[in-house]
Amino acid sequence: MEGLFDFFTLSDPNVRYVVLGNVLLASSAAMVGTFILLQKKALIGDAVSHAVLPGICAAFLFSGSKNIGFMLAGAFITGWLALVLIDYIVAKSKIKKDAAIGLVLSVFFGTGMVMMTYIQQSGNAAQSGLDHFLFGKAATLIGTDLVIFSVLSIVLLTAVGLFFKAFALVAFDRPYAEALGYPVRKLDLLLTSLTVLAVVTGITAVGVVLMAAMLITPAAAARYWTDNIRRMVWLAVAFGAFAGLAGAYISYAAPAMPTGPWMVVVSSAIAFLSFFFAPTKGIVPKMYTQYKNQRIIAEENALKRFYHLGERNSHLLGLRATNELVVAGDVNAPAVSGALQRLVAKKLVVTKGGRWGLTEDGKRKAARVVRLHRLWELYLTKYMHIAADHVHDDAETIEHIITPELERELEHQLGYPDKDPHNTQIPKI
Amino acid sequence: MIAFWIILTGSLVAVTCGLLGCFLVLRKMSMVGDAISHAVLPGIVIAFLLSGSRETLPMLLGAGATGLLATFLIEYFHRRAGLQTDAAIGVVFTFLFAVGIILISAFAGQVDIDQDCVLYGEIAYVPIDLWVTGNGTVMGPRPVYILSGVLLLVAAFIRLGYKELKLTSFDPAFASALGISTALWHYLLMAAVSITTVSSFESVGAILVIAFLIGPPATAYLLTHDLKRMLAITVAMGIFIAFTGYWMAYWLNASIAGCMAVVTGICFATVFVVQRLAKPKISPPLAQETAG
Repeated sequence: MEGLFDFFTLSDPNVRYVVLGNVLLASSAAMVGTFILLQKKALIGDAVSHAVLPGICAAFLFSGSKNIGFMLAGAFITGWLALVLIDYIVAKSKIKKDAAIGLVLSVFFGTGMVMMTYIQQSGNAAQSGLDHFLFGKAATLIGTDLVIFSVLSIVLLTAVGLFFKAFALVAFDRPYAEALGYPVRKLDLLLTSLTVLAVVTGITAVGVVLMAAMLITPAAAARYWTDNIRRMVWLAVAFGAFAGLAGAYISYAAPAMPTGPWMVVVSSAIAFLSFFFAPTKGIVPKMYTQYKNQRIIAEENALKRFYHLGERNSHLLGLRATNELVVAGDVNAPAVSGALQRLVAKKLVVTKGGRWGLTEDGKRKAARVVRLHRLWELYLTKYMHIAADHVHDDAETIEHIITPELERELEHQLGYPDKDPHNTQIPKI
Repeated sequence: MIAFWIILTGSLVAVTCGLLGCFLVLRKMSMVGDAISHAVLPGIVIAFLLSGSRETLPMLLGAGATGLLATFLIEYFHRRAGLQTDAAIGVVFTFLFAVGIILISAFAGQVDIDQDCVLYGEIAYVPIDLWVTGNGTVMGPRPVYILSGVLLLVAAFIRLGYKELKLTSFDPAFASALGISTALWHYLLMAAVSITTVSSFESVGAILVIAFLIGPPATAYLLTHDLKRMLAITVAMGIFIAFTGYWMAYWLNASIAGCMAVVTGICFATVFVVQRLAKPKISPPLAQETAG
């Protein structure tokens, strides 16, 4: 616990640098990443992070030292070049985006590897540790690095803040943005530059491979919680910052643990939780909705069956045995009895001596389902000119969905009909 | 002799990757290769921890398992959670790679693997990784045998499943209508990519695997509209790249894998530029008609 306290009071300057550096990196990357994700360019982060290698090597060859300014400049130039090249290849040939990204990524990185071997053979003593730029050493962030990160993060924040509306518009509706006279090409280039900037700053902390995650994983998680882009950006930033903090804490508590990978694992965990449990969009809530709908459909089908049986002897409230209520060919007999029990609980059906019968409420509900079915059949034959023997299956599905408003509209359009295309009565309620 | 073994290894990887890469490029799934080649890291580490050695078989199994896990997770998040494919790829492979690095750090004393070797590989060590039989006969480099086996496997897979692969790549709806399971062929292809990536990466590294998976097929795709011809061009180009790349590395005294990747880039750039210069006025759809 004492460790936790020491950590969060940031009393140790080393801890302070690492924590602040990580949080700044992660949150600014997440912010830019939101727009990248929305533009369906999630993997360009991976391309940029690989493409910075030749730039770093060139900067080293040029300056002969590991001056961080030169390194960042070199990385920025080749990263930027790679993105422009990807866009160019996609625009000017039939090569698709994914292949262009993979190609540029591997060729740039290969070039970097060639330069790296050249540097290693040159015998320049300063070259040792050059690969820290590639594999990330977040735990070794020092004061001067922090100054650079802060400046870059502020640049990113202001740029995104200033062009927020334009970026959002381009991400969602490009042609509309063009029609409104936004300089879409220039905005693309600006976003590209911001991406490269975010990657170049982040790469020193998390490394080549994991940089793609810092950009898009928080954004992908945020997408599941909201449809509002402003909220999505804030959420992504919050997720990113939390991951940065957690990563720093884990490597503080267990010094053998690498910060960058833990940041990625934490933000992946947030993303996985979001994919599964985010309200309405997550996998589990979706499955639950589906399950509920299936139950409702089973109940409505059972009610309908009562109605059909009742129609034959004009005795809608008569008692029926379970096997009568299982439609011939309906393999799911247990589902039918389950539905019946639920209907009893809802007081739509009563049970007497192992037989089932509709209540007054149940009769009304059953009549409505049958009515919607027949109205829809009539609509299909009358307006879509579909043969009367082809309309049943479609109506079978739609009867569970039609709202009262739609029902009124259908009735109005069809002139308040009495008979469906099979010449059976459409029940009135 | 060293040059021969290295070029042979390079060519084997290039041909195997290229054949599968053609289908990946056509299916717009090129980055899946990238994802798998990184996602195998935790599998390799776990296999290493369990078997306690760098034996090939446990490594292949471990890596193959995580490779398939990665493709499964990507498909799952894409289908069930409605996550866009590129984001699914990006989230999944970085997560697995991060887990791999954490495992390496956690068992630093016991694991003789680091992430550089996954990215770079070392094709120059191929000739010294010899396969020596029980009675002491030297049979040549071990990777050459493994890679030849994988190449045969992949070639047989494509030969036998050519029709299905082609149909599911170009017209999945029509394939389903004919009763061909698109999901089955998707996973078969992914399994093939996993095995190839895993058996290749130790000798050539993830980056060169990606270059070979995407570079030659993309170049061939620019040159032809015929799948058979695309496969043929890819194979020829792969061998050419392995050969030229090796001599370039020899001449520059630089990373062999790096040079091969650079040659791949030069090949693509040449074809791309020549095509841009040759037919600047014909719009692509028209060009397709005249070519077809």
